[in-house]
Amino acid sequence: MPRPALHLAVELDGDGAHPAAWRRAAHAPGELLTPRRLTRTAAAAENAGFTLVTLDDSILPPASGTDPVGRIGAVERAAFVAASTSVLGVAPVLATTYAEPFHVSSQLASLDHVSAGRAGWVVGVEDDPAAARAWGRPLVEGDGALAREAHDGLRVVRDLWDSWEDDAVIRSVATSRYLDRKRLHSIDFAGETYSVKGPSIVPRPPQGRPVVLARAGLVPAGLTDVALVGGPTAGETAAAAGTAAAAGAPLAFAEIEVALDTPREAAGERIADLERYAPWAGRSDRLRYTGSADGLVALLAELAGKVDGVRLLPLVLDEDLSVLSRLVLPELFVRRLATRPLPGSTLRTSLGLPRPVSRFAAGPAADADATAALVREETR
Amino acid sequence: MTRTDPTDVPRPDARLHFGVFFQGVNHWTIWSDPSSGSQIDPASFLRVARTAERGLFDAFFLGDGLRLRESEGGIHELDVAGRPDSITQLSALAAGTDRIGLVSTSNTTYNEPGDLARRLAGLDLLSGGRAGWNVVTTHNAWTGENFRRGGYLDHADRYRRAEEFLSVARAVWDGWAEGAVAGSAEARSWSVPGAVGHVRSRGAQFDVDLAPTLPRSAQGHPVIFQAGDSGEGRDFAARNADVIFSAHGTEFDDALAFAEDVRGRLRAVGRPEDALRILPGTEIIIGATEKEAEEKERWVRLEQVTPAVALGIASRLWGFDLSGRDADGPLPAEDPVVAAYTGTFGTRSVKDPGAVVAEWRARAEANGWSLRETVIELGPQRGHVGTPAGLAEKFARFARHGAVDGFNISPYLVPDGLDDIVDLLVPELQERGVYRTAYTGTTLREHLGLAPVE
Repeated sequence: MPRPALHLAVELDGDGAHPAAWRRAAHAPGELLTPRRLTRTAAAAENAGFTLVTLDDSILPPASGTDPVGRIGAVERAAFVAASTSVLGVAPVLATTYAEPFHVSSQLASLDHVSAGRAGWVVGVEDDPAAARAWGRPLVEGDGALAREAHDGLRVVRDLWDSWEDDAVIRSVATSRYLDRKRLHSIDFAGETYSVKGPSIVPRPPQGRPVVLARAGLVPAGLTDVALVGGPTAGETAAAAGTAAAAGAPLAFAEIEVALDTPREAAGERIADLERYAPWAGRSDRLRYTGSADGLVALLAELAGKVDGVRLLPLVLDEDLSVLSRLVLPELFVRRLATRPLPGSTLRTSLGLPRPVSRFAAGPAADADATAALVREETR
Repeated sequence: MTRTDPTDVPRPDARLHFGVFFQGVNHWTIWSDPSSGSQIDPASFLRVARTAERGLFDAFFLGDGLRLRESEGGIHELDVAGRPDSITQLSALAAGTDRIGLVSTSNTTYNEPGDLARRLAGLDLLSGGRAGWNVVTTHNAWTGENFRRGGYLDHADRYRRAEEFLSVARAVWDGWAEGAVAGSAEARSWSVPGAVGHVRSRGAQFDVDLAPTLPRSAQGHPVIFQAGDSGEGRDFAARNADVIFSAHGTEFDDALAFAEDVRGRLRAVGRPEDALRILPGTEIIIGATEKEAEEKERWVRLEQVTPAVALGIASRLWGFDLSGRDADGPLPAEDPVVAAYTGTFGTRSVKDPGAVVAEWRARAEANGWSLRETVIELGPQRGHVGTPAGLAEKFARFARHGAVDGFNISPYLVPDGLDDIVDLLVPELQERGVYRTAYTGTTLREHLGLAPVE
């Protein structure tokens, strides 16, 4: 029996995963913050056949010292990318640690509208105290409080997406009613630190809910669509995906940092070149692959069937994206280890995820069931 | 038709600036017509923005509103409602347009300056210097119920917060020196040491400490718009804004009086009189003949003010629910009830409903108007009706006498409502020399003829 195809995502923030990646970029450093460069990178990812791009973000500069200190907001970049591509899913990182969940919900719902259903959301956390000072908000301190703000924010955002039923706009000329108020719902969220009334100001997104991605363990798995998992080895990564699935995550994507051999230089040499300027600090919850395109295909073949997809974090976008596009993705498609998104698909469709019914539309009984299921997931 | 002698006016070289307001929530956008499109489909936004760009407009505007309006104990059902987050929508439009300004209405009460300034700066960079920010405030707790901040702001503090907000935003936009980023990969560091500043602001409203993450755009800063009509709002605009919206653009004398008032406030704060563009909001209804234009206006008003809409407006004036009454019959016999302003409809309460109702009754009786006709006739004046040539003549006079610098046009149909303005009115204006024949700059600031940011 054929194994299910891997879903392919790539992180497009900055010049690449390495802090000094800008030194090997194909453009002048300042060009990073231009629409032309963003358009070019997104087009490369779409043409390569990725299903999804993610865009990292924070109110804080992406790096300090000798490395890039500039970054356009991920939502703005995502909307721009959505308008200049046609099948690519677009998922900005947004943290609800300090941001207003009402705005976050509107931004992501709007991204789904402008992309005709290609929006995702990587749930972020602002854990640096400098972020609180930049926001001008009281510090959220400690793992528990950070998790609470992420979790509460996610609940509010999801409920606001659901707060307009799909058919709330009725345009009944006979009764002069544009809306049916019965299909619009207050969410009446009351958390530990704040409450939100609703409903949203944005009609329900085309996907019902944009696709939610989050690092495993950050928020209840049942509230997400894709758990981002990893580990120092392929085996540990596969085990982490299993754990996420058992916790209720519909899909698990392995995060893999990649540095590939290029026609001119071996991956190791490319890393060594950049290590002269800054270390490529490892993260124990991310797999790292260094080597040939064939080797990466072999690794992905090994992971296929154990994880549902991968999110690749290239060392240097201008170099590795080209190798991925010319050598890695075509081979994956030929071997049916992965598929390209089909024109006209929403991101949910591409990922094989169902389109959720608004929890307010499901009727009282179904709603009670859903709430009970949610309580089980969250107390797991 | 006699033309104004262009030399015998205060501003013979005046040029009109047009903006288009894609209204998210209102009853003026006719949704009942078969040619009316979606208010949320990206294609509608792109169609309006591209039509405006074809017509050499300065700007495309989006509104703001952070809670759905309510009436009679529930969500208000009669009007167009549901709108995108404006900066997100405009960032998408930045990719689909080349020249037109992209103006976001964003609230200073329920945003934080470090975050919003960065978003606007991002839009400004992605659009090549075409971003604008229509600064709005609110203090009502009813809107605050959607935010973790809640309804924490006193009325008196909303403009103070807005002003402090703007000053932090400007500091963020000025955070990077010219040439802050290294020219090549061989440089010692990505940014030139010392070229990226730090914003520290400790005031009554904000205590922030942040490192700006973006350089200036091609236009320096996003262009600042302001729409408050109160003395407070006009003073705020005189001190801070590049463009002021108003509701004073229908009658010439009223428009001129507003413009003179604004110019006086500019002088009072030591700014040049031409530092602020005056763009009243308006609706423009065009017909091939005056008669055709009037007939079209009649149709527009009846579509906008349906019997249910008329009763809704009357309910808010009378202070109790009149739905179910006959809108095509006489005005309600009851006296109005003075209701406390709840802010739930997003409009100001009528200060003296008794006087307004008395006026309505007198005018309705004298003219034989039904309730619906009264609402149409005595509601806010919506704009200009006429032939392309007649309107062009009128607008040239408005501009050349300094009554307006242009108009922010609300089409009554979306997404096609701008077509006849662009195809019929703009050429007439160009023929009279009061409208550009090509974009001469690339940024919104250049379109508006504003001085560069220092």
